[in-house]
Amino acid sequence: MGTLAEEIFSHKLGRPVNAGEIVIVDVDHVMSHDTTSPLAIQAFRKLTGERGGRVFDSARAHIVFDHIVPAATVAAATLQRDIRVFAREQGIQILQEGICHQVMPERGFVAPGEIIVGADSHTCTYGALGAFATGMGSTDIGVAYATGRSWFRVPETINVRLTGKLQPGVYVKDVTLELVRRIGVDGANYRALEYSGPLVESLSISERFTLCNMAIEMGAKTGLVAPDATTEAWLRGRVNRSYPMLQPQNPRYERVVEVDVSDLSPLIACPPDVNNVVPVEQVEHIRIDQVFLGTCTNGRLDDLAIAASILRGRTIHPTTRMVVIPASREVYLEALRLGYIETFIQAGASVGTPGCGPCIGRHFGVLGPGERALTTMNRNFTGRMGDPTAEIYLGSPATVAATAITGHITDPRQFLA
Amino acid sequence: MGRIWKLGDNINTDVIIPGRYNVTTDRAQLAKYCLCEILPEFAQQVRQGDIIMAGHNFGCGSSREHAPAAIQASGVKAVIARSFARIFYRNAINIGLPVLICEEAVLNSEDGQEAEVELEQGLITNLTTGQRFQAQPLPPFIARIVEAGGIIEYIRREGTLR
Repeated sequence: MGTLAEEIFSHKLGRPVNAGEIVIVDVDHVMSHDTTSPLAIQAFRKLTGERGGRVFDSARAHIVFDHIVPAATVAAATLQRDIRVFAREQGIQILQEGICHQVMPERGFVAPGEIIVGADSHTCTYGALGAFATGMGSTDIGVAYATGRSWFRVPETINVRLTGKLQPGVYVKDVTLELVRRIGVDGANYRALEYSGPLVESLSISERFTLCNMAIEMGAKTGLVAPDATTEAWLRGRVNRSYPMLQPQNPRYERVVEVDVSDLSPLIACPPDVNNVVPVEQVEHIRIDQVFLGTCTNGRLDDLAIAASILRGRTIHPTTRMVVIPASREVYLEALRLGYIETFIQAGASVGTPGCGPCIGRHFGVLGPGERALTTMNRNFTGRMGDPTAEIYLGSPATVAATAITGHITDPRQFLA
Repeated sequence: MGRIWKLGDNINTDVIIPGRYNVTTDRAQLAKYCLCEILPEFAQQVRQGDIIMAGHNFGCGSSREHAPAAIQASGVKAVIARSFARIFYRNAINIGLPVLICEEAVLNSEDGQEAEVELEQGLITNLTTGQRFQAQPLPPFIARIVEAGGIIEYIRREGTLR
């Protein structure tokens, strides 16, 4: 009996577990990326001795290069070289084919009922498939690499119940921004967010990823969607092992946040915090120097499809530049096949190698002093994309595409015939 | 004893150590840019034993352990906040950076005042005003990690994670 989070921990431990308990469990998968691996490897070595220590299971330890790929500086290249040495020594395959949070599920490393820890805060994304997945720091991940275990305080759960139907031009990204506005940037601190309701049941897995991805933006330990037929269909051909379709059982939620999305309009999160959310029409005059379509929030095929449908046959505004980065190689190839990439290039965009790109301000479209960007990212923090005086606005792929055309923040509904 | 550096709510890891400066494992290098986005003078002026006091949700945002590592390498003795973001809190405990939750200490202290922290007891003394404050006690399991000096030391002592 419990919330989905409690059910997963109870299943794992073979006894009923309640929110508030501190438990130590065997984890199913452990992940780190090119920026967090070096400190995780340091922790691993400190724990296991300089050489000779082995990871708990090289097939369930995953290193993804995505934050700075291909390496943009000698410093990044040096760290990546050192990680490769560790990976070879441990028999870990390094994946360099997109953003970790896209690649992990695509590769079948996420299944319902599993517990996954990753050295990146957006690891909570995988909850879209009914797994308990959470971000931790490098030392925790180094410990998990060595022991295959981690400790958790089983979280209380806030149920986010979504009802109603989205208006044309309004997307799940707008819903997540509305949730951050309502719940606040720490309103779900230490808690799990369990998304349910008719709207959630109707969402694709990609849309559920967007929803769960931004759980951390409310402070949550993870976001979760109970697995259903949509989940099973998506996992077919990706996950061959059996997995339990765990569901909440007479759950006791800390509270329920109910949102009817029917009246929602496109939203924008203004700098420098994600809860500074306003309807797009309030900020439409704001000139934008760069738009960025991509990231673990909105760099998937359906996101690119929406933007391409708006940009087809149009060109981006002469005072604005556009960066597009597909979330993974799989997404990139499919977008190529469907003509989206050609549409972006013909519109004047720069299309980058799958990865995080400028989202963490290291390469491929960083911002100069005083510049403004509208992006599909999950964070608008000061300095995140480059110079600290640059400003970052967040919106949906449609709003980003519409803005690319006009050069100022634009309601995408005017481009939807 | 040390100087109090007072900060507001929602201080995120991007401003504690920006992504463009954390492509390194060199802690001295991290300290050089600690809090540079909001307190450019911090790295130059911070002294061993200084204390950071902050509002709610300190350390929100990314999981980068470079953030508590940068603060630790700056010589800061403890971070006292009204509340912490989950991953930062866990990271700080794992690497042995003392983090205390104490609403009253933060509300009754000003930037630039002097303070002392007795970590074992969770006692905070504002030396400028003479006021004393008691931080929230830690859950026993977490207290044992802190006592060991971090998660690695804890596991070494216990022989395993238990």
